[in-house]
Amino acid sequence: MSTDSRPLSPHLQVYRLPFTALTSISHRISGVLLSAGSLVLVYWVVAAAAGEQAYRTAAAILGSLPVQLLMFAWTFVLFYHLCNGIRHLVWDAGYGFELETAKRSGQMAIGGAAVLTLIAWLIAIF
Amino acid sequence: MEFRTPIKQARGLGASHHGAAHWWVQRLTAIGMVPLMLWLVTGIAANAGGGYLDTISWLGSPFNAVLMVLVFGVLFYHAALGLQVVLEDYVSHKGVRLALVIAVRFLAIALATAAILAVVRIAFFADLRTAFGG
Repeated sequence: MSTDSRPLSPHLQVYRLPFTALTSISHRISGVLLSAGSLVLVYWVVAAAAGEQAYRTAAAILGSLPVQLLMFAWTFVLFYHLCNGIRHLVWDAGYGFELETAKRSGQMAIGGAAVLTLIAWLIAIF
Repeated sequence: MEFRTPIKQARGLGASHHGAAHWWVQRLTAIGMVPLMLWLVTGIAANAGGGYLDTISWLGSPFNAVLMVLVFGVLFYHAALGLQVVLEDYVSHKGVRLALVIAVRFLAIALATAAILAVVRIAFFADLRTAFGG
C-alpha cells in the first residue's frame, strides 16, 4: 500500500500554528501546569490539618509576593483550562466545528478566563 | 509455525465494551469539576488572608469538607487521566512510558489520600472543638 500521497502533519519547527492549534496545545500545557499547582493546594490543606504552627509557615510562604504572583497566573491557567474544557465538551457533543465558530469559541475561552480571573482576585482583595 | 489462533493475539490488547472508559471518565470528571472549581476559587478567594482559625472553621464545616473531599478525589482522578494521555502521546520509549504512567497514577492516589485525610481530620477536629467548647 502506497502512503506517499497521504497528507503530512505540520512540521512543528517551520509551521506557524493557527490560533485554534495554539488553544489546543495550551489546553494540554495548562492541564500539566494545573497538575503541578494541585501540590500547592494539598500543601495548604495538609498544613492546616497539621496545626497552627505548620499553617503559619504555609500561610507566610503562600502569602509572599512571588507566590501570590504565581497564584494569579495559576488562577488564569485554571480558568483557561475550565473555559476551554467546556469548549471541548461542546465539541464532544458534536457542535462548533466550523472554522469561524472554533476561532470565536477559542477567543471566548480566553476572554472568559480573563474575566473570571479578575472577578476571583477582586473577591480575594476586597 | 504459528499454532495460536488470531484471538490469542488480540486478547489483552484492547477492551471490548470498555474501550471508551478512559475517555468517558475524563469527561465525567471534567463536568464535575466545573462547579467544584468555581466553588473552590470563590471560597478560597473569600477566605484569603484569614488566620488559622478562620481557615480551620471554613474547611471544617460539613458542607465545605464534603466538597473539598470531592475536589481532591475528582481533581486527582482527572489529572491522572490527563497526564496519562500526555505521556502516551510524547514518551516514545515503551518502558519509560509505562513506568511514568504508573508513577503518575500512584502519586495521584497518594496525594488525594493525604489531602482527603487532612480535610477529614480538620472536619472532626473542628467538630470536637465546638463540642468541648474550645
